Amino acid sequence: MNTMDKSMSLTGQPPKALNTGQKLATLIGMSGLGILVLNLFNLDFENSGLWLSIALIAIFAGVVWFSKAAYAHKEKGIKNDGVWFKSISSRGVLAWIAGIALTGFYVVLYFYPQYLGLVKDGENTGVIALFDPLSKLLSGNPASQWFVYGTLYTVAILAFGIKFMWKYRHNRYEKIRTVSVMFFQTAFAFIIPEIMARLNGDLPYYDLKNMWPLNYYNFERYRINGFIENGNIGLAMLIFGILSIFVISPILTYKYGKRWYCSWVCGCGALAETAGDSFRQLSDKSKFAWNVERWVVHSVVVFVTLMTTAVIYSYLGNDSSKYWLTKSTFLIGVASILTLVFAWVMIFKRQELQKDAKYGAIGYFTIIIVLIGMHVFSGEGNIFLFKSESLRKTYSFLIGSIFSGVIGTGFYPIFGNRVWCRFGCPMAAILGFQQRLFSKFRITTNGGQCISCGNCSTYCEMGIDVRAYAQKGENIVRSSCVGCGICSAVCPRGVLKLENGPQKGRINPTEVLLGNDVDLMDLVNDK
Amino acid sequence: MEHIVIIGNGIAGVTAARHVRKLSDKKITLISAETDYFFSRTALMYVYMGHMKFEHTQPYENWFWKKNRLNLVKGYVSKVDPQNKKLVLADGNSVSYDKLILATGSKPNKFGWPGQDLDGVQGLYSKQDLDSLEKNAPNKNICKRAVIVGGGLIGIEMAEMLRSRDIPVTFLVREKSFWNGVLPSGESQMINEHIQEHHIDLRLDTNLVEIIADENGRAKAVLTDKGDTVECNVVGLTAGVSPNVDFLKDSGIALGRGVKVNRMLETNIKDVYAIGDCAEQHEAIGNRRPIEAVWYTGRMMGETLAQTLCGNPTEYNPGHWFNSAKFLDVEYQTYGWVFGERGMKEYEQHFHWRHATEKICITIAFNKDTEQFLGINTFGVRMRHEIFDRWLTEEREIDYVMEHLKDANFDPEFYAQYEQEIIQKYNAELGTSLRVKKRNWKRIFEKI
Repeated sequence: MNTMDKSMSLTGQPPKALNTGQKLATLIGMSGLGILVLNLFNLDFENSGLWLSIALIAIFAGVVWFSKAAYAHKEKGIKNDGVWFKSISSRGVLAWIAGIALTGFYVVLYFYPQYLGLVKDGENTGVIALFDPLSKLLSGNPASQWFVYGTLYTVAILAFGIKFMWKYRHNRYEKIRTVSVMFFQTAFAFIIPEIMARLNGDLPYYDLKNMWPLNYYNFERYRINGFIENGNIGLAMLIFGILSIFVISPILTYKYGKRWYCSWVCGCGALAETAGDSFRQLSDKSKFAWNVERWVVHSVVVFVTLMTTAVIYSYLGNDSSKYWLTKSTFLIGVASILTLVFAWVMIFKRQELQKDAKYGAIGYFTIIIVLIGMHVFSGEGNIFLFKSESLRKTYSFLIGSIFSGVIGTGFYPIFGNRVWCRFGCPMAAILGFQQRLFSKFRITTNGGQCISCGNCSTYCEMGIDVRAYAQKGENIVRSSCVGCGICSAVCPRGVLKLENGPQKGRINPTEVLLGNDVDLMDLVNDK
Repeated sequence: MEHIVIIGNGIAGVTAARHVRKLSDKKITLISAETDYFFSRTALMYVYMGHMKFEHTQPYENWFWKKNRLNLVKGYVSKVDPQNKKLVLADGNSVSYDKLILATGSKPNKFGWPGQDLDGVQGLYSKQDLDSLEKNAPNKNICKRAVIVGGGLIGIEMAEMLRSRDIPVTFLVREKSFWNGVLPSGESQMINEHIQEHHIDLRLDTNLVEIIADENGRAKAVLTDKGDTVECNVVGLTAGVSPNVDFLKDSGIALGRGVKVNRMLETNIKDVYAIGDCAEQHEAIGNRRPIEAVWYTGRMMGETLAQTLCGNPTEYNPGHWFNSAKFLDVEYQTYGWVFGERGMKEYEQHFHWRHATEKICITIAFNKDTEQFLGINTFGVRMRHEIFDRWLTEEREIDYVMEHLKDANFDPEFYAQYEQEIIQKYNAELGTSLRVKKRNWKRIFEKI
């Protein structure tokens, strides 16, 4: 731990040594990881069920013990001592090692699962074989690389979730929220789909809390067919998939902001909040990063909308006597919905968006023009010259794999824990749009109490410069805020409060803080 | 074009500069010897503790200054010459101005203790102080013990900083209980306990007599008036701050402890103004002190003066007193006036409630004759500033405040709420039968 780069902090660094408990915990956790690595090299273990249990329990116990050793003996309260002195959390050597290892793991996972031991049409070997007993227990099928990943993902969220709750044990919002993400990951993402697969062998694997466009593949032909062929259950799931994006999520976002999803339910958010908590201070808060973020994330939304439309379009027919939903009805439907949304925003919410309205307009017109183009120029399954399937493959590769996995998680130790959520997630962008425009959610700032210390901005995982608002006494109404609540937790003056309040007065661009006489406030705010 | 020169790039000077820029096109120059860019002094402790890097304490990105045409000059002003409207810098350069704003802040107090200038003895105010602490107390091997002298906010922050690196701390407090010149006794007592929970060797009612040097001229121990010698490598002097105005002695600008200003923030010399920690009002405003070394008063003076300088003469008129701090893990907020035993007015009565096990308490002050609500101190409970500001303006009675306490609660969602318990104690003590009213958004936001 003493190999840190001295220049990382302007004030120099005290060594941050591990205590004995933490050293032993590291040993146990690493031995669990070691078993997995040994299996990676095809050292086939007899009795894989037992070894898998040992490995997972060791990893889990190692993390939990480490956290206990770190926090149990301290007074409850914010304990970020030495975060910027530790190699792992200040982009030191350990962070780079972890980042490269994680990225490597993702590359193998997504593109070379055979190295993990995945065998098509045969018995798995290597580390995937180790997971076969658990997979067979749950779904009856042998493990895939995704099952291995899902299991490790869940273990990480549970173990680091406990760490998170220990660290923030003075804060009930954080504790309850963490229980929520742990529950949704374990039940909805991990166990329920596996059991459903066991009960209905040919039903598409469906994580019910995962909605379009995050599961951009949800309306593909094979899935739609899968849903429809499975009778009422399948149909219910399909309808739920549509309702969740058009009805359920807007209502919940109206009431609670997008946090109900991003930091209470979502699996990507769950990993970011638990395993990623040590890296939240690394997110870039510069204005440059904010500009990049807005362009990239909204381009992804435009792209995912087009792609999904194209994919559905590609398998619809032209004959309305066979089925009412034809290619042209569908395109007209999509165009109408988008126009309605766009018109509503431009008529009622233009003032709130101001200059961002032009980004919205650009996105809207792009989609509409392409839709018209599709209608006029495209043949079967083509969008202009591209096959819709190749469009989908491109998205799946660039966004679904590279962005959400390889960069999004692999680069936690370098760019912070919400890279994917911030720059890449189309779901976050759509919910953010709803949050910005018609939610009751805001972060209220407390009168004139802000001392501009910067804890809030530093610990904002979404890279929002919270302080910029707080020191002006301005409520924070930002699309990207996932409502993790940490800015409020780390504020030493009690300035920030996540709140679902009335919409009136929610956006208050004041320039003078409470404390001066009222005339001066009126004067400056009037200008 | 009129040239406004501001000495000091702290919150007061920078706020003045920003608001002048918002309101006008004047030429603006900020001079500071401390740092290149504005940073939040209150956050220095978090840099030492490793919560933040120094650049995180800078509220504006480095391009901000050029973009807003705020000229930054790094230099130490050694002399002000108001006759010729000129400043002389320590490096020999000079700067001329049309209007001068003094925003030079404070420096740590030293009371002539023997050994107060030894190596290893320091205050904690400036970036340079932080750098010396990093040198004097990088870890517990080099600094085996630190002694902190002075029982105020900076003292406890310094203790927290050193404890974050496991350095043993002895904390000498002159008063019989921590900060009891300001805090009522119940609160002060609770903080005493909390300090000890953090394994800080708190010595109340103890004064520093002498700092003893080793053969190299470094502090090696302190001698207290109880006759104890405490061996240490670092001595933190945190017995308050005073205005940093020594360089103005021969300038003709009227000085008291700070730079004397009227309500327009003007000094005795035309076109010279003073704001922030270094400004001293001729007459105290209300219950406030003539010099207030508080973050937000510096900010408000900056805003006010910017108005004056841009053609809208405005008096400095701070509203109701408020403040906040954090004692280790306990947050403190205050609205209105709640005095400690020494400062208590003859009409002032207190209601105090403390949680049975947690470090949570509140004290509410009211006028025992008129029942008017005077102020509240809260520890471990956050309160909504707007609400108390409004209640103070409306001169609400204590009973109204007690009943509507839920409207003012600003704690994060799902936190345990104690209004029920508080009102029960209040009813029992004062023979009332008040009931807690449910939180009501309409009441909370009625003024927006």
